[in-house]
Amino acid sequence: MATQILMPALSPTMEEGTLAKWLVKEGDTVTSGDILAEIETDKATMEFEAVDEGIVGKILVEEGSEGVKVNTPIAVLVEEGESVDDAEASDAAAPAASDESAPAEAKGDVAPGPQEPASSVPAAAASPDWPEGTEMKTQTVREALRDAMAEEMRSDANVFVMGEEVAEYQGAYKVTQGLLDEFGGKRVIDTPITEHGFAGIGVGAAFGGLKPIVEFMTFNFAMQAIDQIINSAAKTLYMSGGQMGAPMVFRGPNGAAARVGAQHSQDYAAWYAMIPGLKVAMPYSAADAKGLLKSAIRDPNPVIFLENEILYGRSFEVPVMDDFTVPFGKAKIWREGSDVTLVSFGIGMQYALEAADKLAEEGIEAEVIDLRTLRPIDYGTVIESVKKTNRCVTIEEGFPVGSIGNHIGAYIMQNAFDYLDAPVINCAGKDVPMPYAANLEKHALVTTAEVLEAVKQVTYR
Amino acid sequence: MAARKSAAKPNVSPEELKQYYRDMLLIRRFEEKAGQLYGMGLIGGFCHLYIGQEAVVVGLEAAAEEGDKRVTSYRDHGHMLACGMDPNGVMAELTGREGGYSKGKGGSMHMFSREKHFYGGHGIVGAQVPLGAGLAFADNYLENGRVTFTYFGDGAANQGQVYETFNMASIWKLPVVFVIENNQYAMGTAQKRSTSGEDIYTRGAPFGIPGELVDGMDVLKVKEAGEKAVEHCRAGKGPYILEIKTYRYRGHSMSDPAKYRTREEVQKMREERDPIQNVRDLLLQGKHASEDDLKAIDKEIKDIVNASAEFAKESPEPALEELWTDIYSDDVPQGDAIEA
Repeated sequence: MATQILMPALSPTMEEGTLAKWLVKEGDTVTSGDILAEIETDKATMEFEAVDEGIVGKILVEEGSEGVKVNTPIAVLVEEGESVDDAEASDAAAPAASDESAPAEAKGDVAPGPQEPASSVPAAAASPDWPEGTEMKTQTVREALRDAMAEEMRSDANVFVMGEEVAEYQGAYKVTQGLLDEFGGKRVIDTPITEHGFAGIGVGAAFGGLKPIVEFMTFNFAMQAIDQIINSAAKTLYMSGGQMGAPMVFRGPNGAAARVGAQHSQDYAAWYAMIPGLKVAMPYSAADAKGLLKSAIRDPNPVIFLENEILYGRSFEVPVMDDFTVPFGKAKIWREGSDVTLVSFGIGMQYALEAADKLAEEGIEAEVIDLRTLRPIDYGTVIESVKKTNRCVTIEEGFPVGSIGNHIGAYIMQNAFDYLDAPVINCAGKDVPMPYAANLEKHALVTTAEVLEAVKQVTYR
Repeated sequence: MAARKSAAKPNVSPEELKQYYRDMLLIRRFEEKAGQLYGMGLIGGFCHLYIGQEAVVVGLEAAAEEGDKRVTSYRDHGHMLACGMDPNGVMAELTGREGGYSKGKGGSMHMFSREKHFYGGHGIVGAQVPLGAGLAFADNYLENGRVTFTYFGDGAANQGQVYETFNMASIWKLPVVFVIENNQYAMGTAQKRSTSGEDIYTRGAPFGIPGELVDGMDVLKVKEAGEKAVEHCRAGKGPYILEIKTYRYRGHSMSDPAKYRTREEVQKMREERDPIQNVRDLLLQGKHASEDDLKAIDKEIKDIVNASAEFAKESPEPALEELWTDIYSDDVPQGDAIEA
């Protein structure tokens, strides 16, 4: 049967090209792999190979022809004993591939208006995290994180922890203290200082059925590994059509510590919160650190768990329960109020709570919302609060451009514009690398004074 | 050293030899068809063909056992066909259709099959190397005796994460075969211009990882080397490196004019070292198969490939709702996890 040879597309963007030169002539026998012609695309001159074998029955487009559209028949290949006329007769039936293969246009019904991230969960912040009357104990964030890992490792043999100094050193910040003694070297693994490599090994282990906890000594060093976190861990479920993903936790201290300079002081909340396929938690209290980390370890998706060095030593009340977890996508209202909504997360909460105390002294009742997870975000709780207070200030330590506060502000504008009595103000870290000098460092971070000033502005006082 | 002569008395049965011929031919014809569909605009984006390198995956798959894993880069169509994935599903993924392995959401560079233990299909040069070691880490942890073939190219061999991985794979004695498919060009850069030292397989030595150089145009030699490497890994001795010298006939991707090498160089390789022709000669010279037998195989392969192209054209584009699925999983992880 005769075969048409069509003008090929030789780059992702090519629509037409020049048939520069024929390297075969009518009557030549060709086999697959033989070079038929040279074709000039917008970028280069390419050799065009035969796929089928046969005899060149007829050349339809002369060499030197410019602007030959992709999929135009340029020659006809016939079998031995077959004439070109037979070939032309069969041409009529040749399908045109271009129409059906045109990429689907984005239809209006696919992406209506502002999109909530795929896994947004409705507001539920009002419900308590533990039953009333539960016994409480005082614990540091550090101890709460350790207990969360230990409890999950006891209940699931597939959970293991790897990272720098997590085992024999007992954790660079002592978060994994005691785990080596209890679980042994098979499940508590010291790695060399090679974030890119061990993050990738962790993702591979998750593909292979395990549930790794990968500790970064700090998230600053995870920048070396961010390709594995985003391209390998976050996207594989989607790219595999749901066949496989990476059930794992990447955890460690995030954000500014104290006096460690620009390379060791950065908040990655907004970076990771942007990525579909990741979940992101950034707890403030010890109870949330424990409950969220247990949920993160059980989650079948890759979770970024952003801790804070300064908070590690802070003590909070933690419920004494057999199995205490906090769900993702549920904000916590730390303080109810009617005059202004303060939205924060992680260490930002210390500024929010301190500001709320001072505002109360001046008769301004702030409602303080701790988002706790940044993907998914509990938008519902924020919107409900703003509908009540009509004012909002966001607080975080991260850089101001493209911040979580920017996103929350935009979301409120799109979904509760008519309820706002003032523009949303974002309090964030300054748009500068972190300086070392003590006085400059203090100013580079967000301050309680700035939060108070922002509240005064939105309440017009 | 003439490859064809040295393999004249292959230590495999005629049936196995025929199977290798068939498997390699399937890859070649499939890739030629993929190139054709790309030319017709049915396949978009990047498309990296495996033509010329067929003996590498077919030889190593012959050394693998059920349950062994494999992971590779974006030049992955050959690996998928060699481990038994359905040509229809692969081709339909290339055309971005619902019937593809990833429902059309992955494309040429991102395909997976848990059933066939194929873990991708990765688009970032070198990133699959720690992933492969991680799969081996899981097998080691689960003590299931499995081995992972981690493929990468001579270009990826210059990535830092490869050496981070060599280090950890060695200290943890992970059952992973690092397969360096050296096709001699990292995109358009010849090995001697990009890579210090001639022998990439020796780069494991400082980490205590044995390595060897293998003729990748000879499927029997690849199989033999693969068996040795797998035995090493299964014995708990840690990783093994195979540098398999091969050659890609086509450009790096469909849009590569390949001006960095001469037409004569490619032609010479095709004429003198072609891995499929090599086995074809063995079959005929050893009278293990007649011309008619081979014609029948050719026809069978052509039918399979044509059917895959038809399937890939007729399978519908994914439903628009698919845009929003498979971002998060609600299920507990799959794979060889320890049962609670």
